[in-house]
Amino acid sequence: MRLRVLAAAIAGLLCMAAASDPADRLPDPAQEARARAIFADVRCLVCQNESIDDSEAELAGDLRRVVREQIKAGKSDAEIKRFLTDRYGEFVLMRPAFSWTNLALWAGPFGVVVVGAGLLAATLRNRSAEAELSPEEAERVKRLSESDAA
Amino acid sequence: MISEIGSFALLLGLAFAIAQAGLSAAARLRRSSVLAAAGEGAALASFAGVAVAFACLIHAFVTSDFSVANVAANSHTEKPMLYKVAGAWGSHEGSILLWCFILTGYGAAAATLGRGLPQGLKALMVAVQGALGSVFLAYTVFASNPLLRIANPPVEGRSLNPLLQDPALAIHPPFLYSGYVGMSVVFSLAVAALIEGRVDAAWARWVRPWALAAWSFLTVGIMLGSFWAYYELGWGGWWFWDPVENASFMPWLMATALLHSAIVTEKRGALAGWSLFLALGAFTFSMLGAFLVRSGVLTSVHAFAVDPKRGVLLLIILAVTSGSAFALFAWRAPKLSPGGMFAPVSRESALVLNNILLAAATATVLLGTLYPLIREALTGEAISVGPPYFNLTFAPLMAALAVLLPAGPLLAWKRGDVRGVTQRLWVAALAALGCGLLTLALVSPRKALGALGITLGAWLVAGAAVELAERTRAFRVPAADSWRRLVGLPRGAWGMTLAHLGLGIFVLGACFELGWRGEAAEALPLGGSLDVAGYHLVLETVGPREGPNYESERALIQVSKAGKPICTGEPDRRFYPAGGQTVSGIALCYRGASHLYMVLGERRKAPDGTPVWLIRAYWNPWASLIFLGPVIMALGGLTSLSDRRMRLGVARRREQAA
Repeated sequence: MRLRVLAAAIAGLLCMAAASDPADRLPDPAQEARARAIFADVRCLVCQNESIDDSEAELAGDLRRVVREQIKAGKSDAEIKRFLTDRYGEFVLMRPAFSWTNLALWAGPFGVVVVGAGLLAATLRNRSAEAELSPEEAERVKRLSESDAA
Repeated sequence: MISEIGSFALLLGLAFAIAQAGLSAAARLRRSSVLAAAGEGAALASFAGVAVAFACLIHAFVTSDFSVANVAANSHTEKPMLYKVAGAWGSHEGSILLWCFILTGYGAAAATLGRGLPQGLKALMVAVQGALGSVFLAYTVFASNPLLRIANPPVEGRSLNPLLQDPALAIHPPFLYSGYVGMSVVFSLAVAALIEGRVDAAWARWVRPWALAAWSFLTVGIMLGSFWAYYELGWGGWWFWDPVENASFMPWLMATALLHSAIVTEKRGALAGWSLFLALGAFTFSMLGAFLVRSGVLTSVHAFAVDPKRGVLLLIILAVTSGSAFALFAWRAPKLSPGGMFAPVSRESALVLNNILLAAATATVLLGTLYPLIREALTGEAISVGPPYFNLTFAPLMAALAVLLPAGPLLAWKRGDVRGVTQRLWVAALAALGCGLLTLALVSPRKALGALGITLGAWLVAGAAVELAERTRAFRVPAADSWRRLVGLPRGAWGMTLAHLGLGIFVLGACFELGWRGEAAEALPLGGSLDVAGYHLVLETVGPREGPNYESERALIQVSKAGKPICTGEPDRRFYPAGGQTVSGIALCYRGASHLYMVLGERRKAPDGTPVWLIRAYWNPWASLIFLGPVIMALGGLTSLSDRRMRLGVARRREQAA
């Protein structure tokens, strides 16, 4: 609990986007852009729900340095993310993995659409079936309209 | 003395809330109008008690009475008056008292205004509202009384978190809570209808004004919070998919769905069960929001006034109230009549699709917020669900909704006509595609996704225009006739058009800002400059400045474009000695609907020993539309609320017809 309070204090003190600090920037703009894209997907572990792109906490700075160094060393985005998850677990990535354990998370919203659409279709079909006249009823309608015409 | 009066008034408020629940329930059982009137009187008395307590708390804050524990913890003599008052709801205890104040206020309003309601239904509604009031007031009195004294009052208070000392955030909680708690009336009406076993067009009409009022408040409240985050947190973002934001967004999505499904229930008698479900869900999510935000279960950038122990109590309140309401729903809802028939292509179907997509959007936000908790509880592994998840799930659902939206109001009830709708909408579709193509051609860098967003936004705006033209038969009858029709349009129609237009404006702003924001950061010496989106920023001076309760270092930045001076920005870094915190104050330079956003960072030393300052500047194109859109939506809600039909009860209309 104390850690969380501390983290809140740090977040309150330092909540300024820090990733753009010119002192740390990579000389190659394309590499820097890649680094920034990765930062947005990596969580600052001690902060209150911030990416390392946004946080000025010390740990976020360390993680940014690690990512930039790996980009300079020619690693791919996937390799860098794997390096981070091996070290810190899935928690470090802002985007949860497409895995079986996360099935409910990823499929849930679209499941709601499918179930809703199914219910709507079923209701529409039932209702229109109810709306159709039985042969006897049709016969009566026909007789009534004929007697009207006569 | 005043704070003791407040505590006593609070206790009276609780007693009257219990009386309100008991008397009104008895009134329904015995069908006694005397008891019903007594229950309504108790609702007013309960409100009066809580209002006195709340006034006493504000008095304690305004006079800086540090013998009250809550004031000592959250106020300071040097704080500006606005933030002294706002400090009253800046803490956990104070905000719950604000919640109770608004809850009993709505209860009193419902008791006074609900004259057209059948006696039994009204008595039950007042009873449920009283029960809700009793529960939350009991929680306030016994577990979270903000008026308690401390034995050894400090000479000076600990002050409010400086991040919260901001005009937008000072008025944010009252708006947000008016939205959250407004759903309680909708909830009470739903429970009452379930007990009575009757949900019909009249019920939907009674629910509508309360849902509209709450929805409008909530829209403004969320917008204010977002605007606060935009310029106070200092990195130019306005929505972070943060749990606290999500907590306020879920009731909003539910209420939006309810506003649409209630139309079907009102006009066609269908979807009654679903409307009830949404009515219960909207307040459930409001309570869930209060629990999530106040308990510290989730980590958030906005988590203030957190208290995990009392979070458990709030969770129990949530489980008991919502649990019993949904149990009642499961028992009674299957007996409701299914209502009128409709064809696959019809206004009803369009509104049902709207509800399906909004329900799926709510599911996204709910899963994204709670899944990390569930997964950690089940497997012990922690995961993060951040913005990338919502971009992949929420965004496509909303895009689908936006594509369908303009067709909805043009479809007829029962059986719509696809060809007629396409004939009317092709102009809007052409205009939207034109905007999208123009964006692709003219705006650099070229971004397909951004252009798609602009197309959708333009489609919504053009759709609203077509809908209005259709109602006034513009270009088909003489202009004077159209004008007469325009003036004669019911306010409800205006409200809908405004709300849909507001959504379109928001989508335009959000997509343009997200797609084409520019960013630059440099460590500048005095006289140094940096460029962003064609603007040239020169750091002129940096000097100290004294604020009312802070000391600051302020920079003066001259902004010019193509040699012409545009504006000066004065961002600062504030140090609040009372709490020992540093906060950055950003500077905004408005350029039409776009913002140039400037932040002063830390002071450093250049290699040659001269001081340099880290200056960051963002170009946020069309950012004003992001906040203007929701304001227009809320205005739409209020316009619709002022419609004559809302004030004329159904019962009275029936009398007139007879």
